[in-house]
Amino acid sequence: MTPVQIADQIFVLIDHWLIDQCPTIFQPIVAAILPVVVILGLFPALFAFTTVLERKGLGRIQNRMGPNRTGPLGLLQPVADGIKSLTKEDTVPRAADKIVNFLAPVVLVIIVFLTFAVVPVGRNMVLANLDSGVLYFFAVGAATELAVFMAGWSSRNKYALLGAMRAVAQMISYEVPLLLSATCAVMIAGALSTTTIVEQQARYTGIWPHWYVFTPWGFGAFILFMIAALAESNRSPFDLPEGESEIIAGYLIEYSGFKFALFFLGEYLGMFAISGMGITLFLGGWSAPFSFLTWIPSYLWFFAKLFAIIAVFIWIRGTLPRLRTDQLMNFAWKFMLPMSLIVLVDTGLWRWLTPGAARWTITSLVVIIPYIVLGRAAGSGKIEKRSYRYAT
Amino acid sequence: MTFALPAIFAILTLAGAVAALVLRNLVHCALSLVFAFAGLGGVYISLGAQFAGLAQVLVYAGGVAILIVFAVLLVRERDEKQDHTTIRWGNLLSGIAVSTLVFIALARCILSSTGLHNAAPTAPVAEIREIGTMMMSVDILPLEIIGVLLTASMLGAVIIALKEARR
Repeated sequence: MTPVQIADQIFVLIDHWLIDQCPTIFQPIVAAILPVVVILGLFPALFAFTTVLERKGLGRIQNRMGPNRTGPLGLLQPVADGIKSLTKEDTVPRAADKIVNFLAPVVLVIIVFLTFAVVPVGRNMVLANLDSGVLYFFAVGAATELAVFMAGWSSRNKYALLGAMRAVAQMISYEVPLLLSATCAVMIAGALSTTTIVEQQARYTGIWPHWYVFTPWGFGAFILFMIAALAESNRSPFDLPEGESEIIAGYLIEYSGFKFALFFLGEYLGMFAISGMGITLFLGGWSAPFSFLTWIPSYLWFFAKLFAIIAVFIWIRGTLPRLRTDQLMNFAWKFMLPMSLIVLVDTGLWRWLTPGAARWTITSLVVIIPYIVLGRAAGSGKIEKRSYRYAT
Repeated sequence: MTFALPAIFAILTLAGAVAALVLRNLVHCALSLVFAFAGLGGVYISLGAQFAGLAQVLVYAGGVAILIVFAVLLVRERDEKQDHTTIRWGNLLSGIAVSTLVFIALARCILSSTGLHNAAPTAPVAEIREIGTMMMSVDILPLEIIGVLLTASMLGAVIIALKEARR
């Protein structure tokens, strides 16, 4: 193998070598467990780095320095946070439902780790090469809403319950544009398997890659997918369910110490997982952006793209104000759902028309004109008196 | 040995279903029903029907479970401290008698059917591509009818919700 190929497949080679060192009886078990251990170690480390990046980044956007006391440039802040959350008293309200209270963060973290199984981190580097990887990802990811609900309900706190119901309503509203925009990429790739989707995008005409984000429908679907991803992981500007100044951390209000840290971990890991799926579906997974850059190993490209998306998410968090619940719901049902249906039709048009300049113009127009029309129509008209409805 | 994995998931499903019947707290019952749904999805996947299993998890555990939980929450009775632990022996015995009779009737029907002694048919191809092709060519009429049904149910939900706001 050439040195470029060795550098690209180095982790796969190390993995095979380690499996060969074990006695034959243990080899299937070790082959199954070793990538899982790598995922369990790598993504929480990434989470620790992201917390520092976020606090420093938000600080700079808000014209202040972030944490800079612990370690050089504040880089040991996650260590300090970890020690703090481990040694904090774990308060459970007396009227709380103890079993469900305990299980909620556990279920969230388990489900989020399960979704990492189908994200291809590099060439030949996916934990489970399922035939229906995309369907598995969304099926398992839909169960995170249950964990959020369990957390809010088990605290026996009105604000927690209200926050949990808002969070679940938000998550199910944004599931629909998420799934519809993911279906666009699946339609063109012709397979639900994540490795096939990435391999379809890893081709080049000249120096230009075949990433789906560089097509009109792919760009629209990518933007919709990323907005829905922000909403699914309860990140700003969609973080009303856990807003600190609105509902005092909503469904997380009765959690302290390590359980709160587990919720935090679960949320950030969910953000990584769904960004990873967005990279796989639209940004070409582990493939290089230009054909003369393919000598850089595939996993480096994947993590570079992941860092770029995380940086954009942090940027959005620092810049945009929070959306109110009704604005959020209006946005989902009146703008994003029609837009994702139109992008789906546009994808079909792309598939049906013959390749050429006409195809590009027609599909671009089908995305741009409804965007402008829907944006004007779904905007706020005259401000009317709000009507309140109460659950009896 | 090939039945071990579906059997494990079947036991999980049954445990979830029994817990959903027996538990006192209504939201606990709803949450254990989620276990039953997930177990059923596991049975489908371990028997080779990947699409059916994943669609089961997506729709039931991700959608119907949340719907049930919301319904339980919004239609709760005021006081939750009702005592549901007294066992009424008359009801229990009549329930056992009726369920035993139904079980015997069903078991006799199944065991005396002719299908039990036929050779097992060849497993159909359950790939997603095949399901999609068949849905769009052979089974297009049921697909359209289901679409109309779903649209009608969505319109009904919107109308019900709309009436409340116009009070």
